[in-house]
Amino acid sequence: MDFLLHRYRSLTVLVVTILAQLVLLAYQVKTGGDVRLIRVWSVEAVTPLARVLEGIRSSTSDFFSNYVVLSGVQAENRRMREELGRLKMDNQYLRSELSTAQRAEALAVFQKRSPSKTVAARVIGSSTGANAKVVFVDRGFTSGVLKGMAVLTPDGIVGKVIASYPTAAQVQLITDPSFAAGVISQSSRVQGTLKGQGRGDLLVDYVQLEQKVEKGEWFFTSGDDRVFPKGLPVGQVSVDKQGTTFREIYLLPSGFQHGLEEVLIVVEGVHQQIPDDVSAFNQPIKLLPPPPPPEGSTDPSSLATPDGGPQPLTTDADRLRQKYRSIGEAQSHKYGEGMTAPNYNQAPAAAVPGTPAGATAVVPGAAPGTTATRAVPPAAGVATKGPTTPGATPPAGTVANPAPPATKAPATKAPVTPTTAPATTPAVKSTTTPTVPPVKPPVP
Amino acid sequence: MSEYTESIIPGVGRRKAASRYRPAAFLLVPLLAILFQVYVPRFIESAANLELPLLVTVYFSLMRRQPIAGTLIGAVIGLAQDSLSHLPLGMFGIVKTLVGYFAASVSQRFDVENPAIRLILGFFFFFFHQFFYWVLSRALLSQQVGFDLVQTLIVGVLNAAVGLPLFVLLDKLRQDDVALA
Repeated sequence: MDFLLHRYRSLTVLVVTILAQLVLLAYQVKTGGDVRLIRVWSVEAVTPLARVLEGIRSSTSDFFSNYVVLSGVQAENRRMREELGRLKMDNQYLRSELSTAQRAEALAVFQKRSPSKTVAARVIGSSTGANAKVVFVDRGFTSGVLKGMAVLTPDGIVGKVIASYPTAAQVQLITDPSFAAGVISQSSRVQGTLKGQGRGDLLVDYVQLEQKVEKGEWFFTSGDDRVFPKGLPVGQVSVDKQGTTFREIYLLPSGFQHGLEEVLIVVEGVHQQIPDDVSAFNQPIKLLPPPPPPEGSTDPSSLATPDGGPQPLTTDADRLRQKYRSIGEAQSHKYGEGMTAPNYNQAPAAAVPGTPAGATAVVPGAAPGTTATRAVPPAAGVATKGPTTPGATPPAGTVANPAPPATKAPATKAPVTPTTAPATTPAVKSTTTPTVPPVKPPVP
Repeated sequence: MSEYTESIIPGVGRRKAASRYRPAAFLLVPLLAILFQVYVPRFIESAANLELPLLVTVYFSLMRRQPIAGTLIGAVIGLAQDSLSHLPLGMFGIVKTLVGYFAASVSQRFDVENPAIRLILGFFFFFFHQFFYWVLSRALLSQQVGFDLVQTLIVGVLNAAVGLPLFVLLDKLRQDDVALA
């Protein structure tokens, strides 16, 4: 037996091993139980390695996934940076365009309202001099620009043309050290000579020591230099001190407030009045009475407004309606009753009395609670609104319309304040003072 | 085998000599093989077709050239594989015990370091393993499982192909090689 076991040792081990496993298997199948010990050993041997392996795998996977994600984020970040840069450039461009459009609009409004004839120009370059405050504009003598013409913006004067070429002109700015112009202060009427300083402020020279101006007071062109029309704003007083022989008054120029890209060149200047009050941009305006009715028409004063006041007839239809109403009343006819019509060929028996001159009427568009005097003369003269001849003196009884400085709001819709005109005044002549258009371009 | 034959065929002199391995190799290699079969198919489904514990059993049995060692190696690896499965212990154990025994017996007659021999033996024992497992499943567990011959042959080729480089890799663990170097 021992011999056989020794000779067939391998086979014996195989048989024993297989039998043992068969018994094990049979036991599990028979009892439905489990050999937990062997499973625990195996699981305890495998799971730590599996945990380590899983940790390595997850770390590696996370690393690569994070790398991929980060590379994606980096690419997206780069793309968004590029987009942001492009949007910034677009925004800057649009802002510039908007600003240019607003300046151009302000310039156009100013040009339209200014009594002086002007030509718009764009600054295209500056001088090569180190201290020279000279710029080039894109208008030359082919556009009517000549040497010595004033250059301004809606905010004030900025210089004068010192050289004119076919398609360009050289403009000496008011800050140039060799620039000079006659100026006058707004309230104290102090006259002096404006001189550039080569820097941001301006000097008003040759002002007597006993003359005083207030800080913040406006200076306007006096027109004495024969370059700048009178009444153009120059700047506000920033410094006023006693000098050795003259006062030293420094101004902050107003013409450069919104940059210097578009300017107006005054090709035909008109002198204006120095405004009395800078803040008086809401000045009352004088409204002329309506034109007289044509001959043969009834007096419009018979028409009454809902509140009983006289109402002017403004259209032919109104007058025709009033005529028919008068005919009806003369023939004791009530419109809308009966089947007969009044005889329209018969003239009205009595004319409607005319409206007394100086009757007060409500002015459409006037400020609440305000009225304007309307003189209805038998033959009222044609009134003109707008700039009149420079230096014209307004007649007594009229209301001057001082112009606000250019930086103020437009006065196109100024409220009408009550003004009283003599009832006996046959005609009221408007003497609206030429003003600096109060246009202020909105700040972008 | 004559001396002439031994001189012209490389390694023929050690043909019947058992390869020796470090004890850690006997422990870690089967463990890693089982771990591979447990872990990798979670992410690579087709990796379930690789029967690395079987290949390791075949390798160690072939290289040890001792049927008893092959039997024990197959039994341990098979039981470890069983213990990680949901089936009763002993199914893989019995099959791999037989594989280990026969592999060790065959290794005494062939040059098991020859790649072609390794490839053929790898394929053969895989097929034997799968077939015998199927028989045991039907016979002992009464499981009505099918046997896909074609798929088994294809997967057998695949395992044999994988076994070739695996065996070369495991050859690096041989202690006698280390001693010769």
